[in-house]
Amino acid sequence: MSYLFAAAEESEGPNVLAVPLDELIIGILAFLIVFGLLAKVALPSIKKTLAERTDKIEGGLARAEQAQAEAQQVLAEYREKLAAAHLEAADIRTAAQAERVAIVDSARGEAQQAAVGVAERAQAQIAAETSQAKSALSREVGQLSFELAGKIVGESLADDARAKAVVDRFIAELEAAPAAAEGRA
Amino acid sequence: MAVDLAVPSFDPECHLGSGCGFPAPGADIFFFDPVWTFTILGIEFNITKQIILLVLVGAAVVGFFWYAFRRPALVPRGAQNVGEMGYLFIRDGIARDTIGKAGDRFVPLLFTAFFLVWPLNFLGILPFAQIPVTATFAIPVAFALVIYFTWVPLGIKRQGVGGFFKAMTMPPDVPKAMYVLLIPIEFVSNFLVRPFTHCVRLFANMFAGHLLIATFSVGAFYLLSASVLGIIGSTASFVVAVGMTAFEVLIQFLQAYVFTMLAAVYLNDAVHGH
Repeated sequence: MSYLFAAAEESEGPNVLAVPLDELIIGILAFLIVFGLLAKVALPSIKKTLAERTDKIEGGLARAEQAQAEAQQVLAEYREKLAAAHLEAADIRTAAQAERVAIVDSARGEAQQAAVGVAERAQAQIAAETSQAKSALSREVGQLSFELAGKIVGESLADDARAKAVVDRFIAELEAAPAAAEGRA
Repeated sequence: MAVDLAVPSFDPECHLGSGCGFPAPGADIFFFDPVWTFTILGIEFNITKQIILLVLVGAAVVGFFWYAFRRPALVPRGAQNVGEMGYLFIRDGIARDTIGKAGDRFVPLLFTAFFLVWPLNFLGILPFAQIPVTATFAIPVAFALVIYFTWVPLGIKRQGVGGFFKAMTMPPDVPKAMYVLLIPIEFVSNFLVRPFTHCVRLFANMFAGHLLIATFSVGAFYLLSASVLGIIGSTASFVVAVGMTAFEVLIQFLQAYVFTMLAAVYLNDAVHGH
């Protein structure tokens, strides 16, 4: 047998540390052939598949992250819009309140104005009617007293100028009388 | 041309008290008569049981992984699952762990080392094979040489002759004077002793383990006799042999792992410096 190295001298039994060249060559060839077949035939496909799987998982994770981000963004937008809507509603409510107050105020003002107008007109009418009544009354009183005096005196007081002076004096006396009576009393 | 399966010194009539001494198994249990001998280029090739087993294991390993990875699916099932477990064990557990991302290149080499050594170790307890092929010294030597002649040229290619030998023999942060001592020590340690320890560690473990199992198995058979000592001794020896076999399963895996791990460490030296 050929040896790469024969360790010890031949003692009893075979030398376990001897390396026969044939076994060494077959061992190296076996390793290289198995290596070649595994490296060229069996392993490339699984390497590719594992890389694909990693890609897919990482891609999936990336996609999930993107979807999550999008969802977050949509949620934020929605919240923003909701807040804006709330704000707008509050504004509208405030404006309506103000408008209501204004409407009530203006209505009240108009009503007051109308009331004042009604009262003023009533007073003016009352005053006019009063003065009208007064003048009518004084004329009637003058007429009556004139007729009365005519009957008593028997003299016609048809003459206007004199009649008017008499009436006037009479009325003046009438007006003065109560004051004199009050002064005496 | 029958393969010699029997333990050479086996004698079925030899028991305790039958007048023969304990036929302790020796180194001869690792040697089988060649079933076929031929000569190529003046080298005599002896095809022994170990060589046949080596070829069978090589074919089985290639066959299994070719079958497992023939049409790999993104969602693995069956054999692909098992094959992937092995591939990821080498890629993540050994190559990337030791060499880093650059280790991906060496996955096929480390894969081959592990999935040749482990089954070859396993043959030690496989019925009918019952011989760890890695306990034949030339086989671990062959594998260690392939690893050696991969990482040394690779280191020279990657770091240049000077850079590589400087990295391998001149550890940094050491007083200059120490290099007188360190350079020869590191050189011998890293370039001469390293391949030797690489293969002897595997060989010696498998050799010793197999010898232990054989000793206790032969012991159980030898002690089996019509006496109290014989019954107790035989039973105890048998139990130990079974226990050693279970322990051997662990050692077989561990030594394959250590062999592959060391190969990865050497490759890392070549890629990244010592």
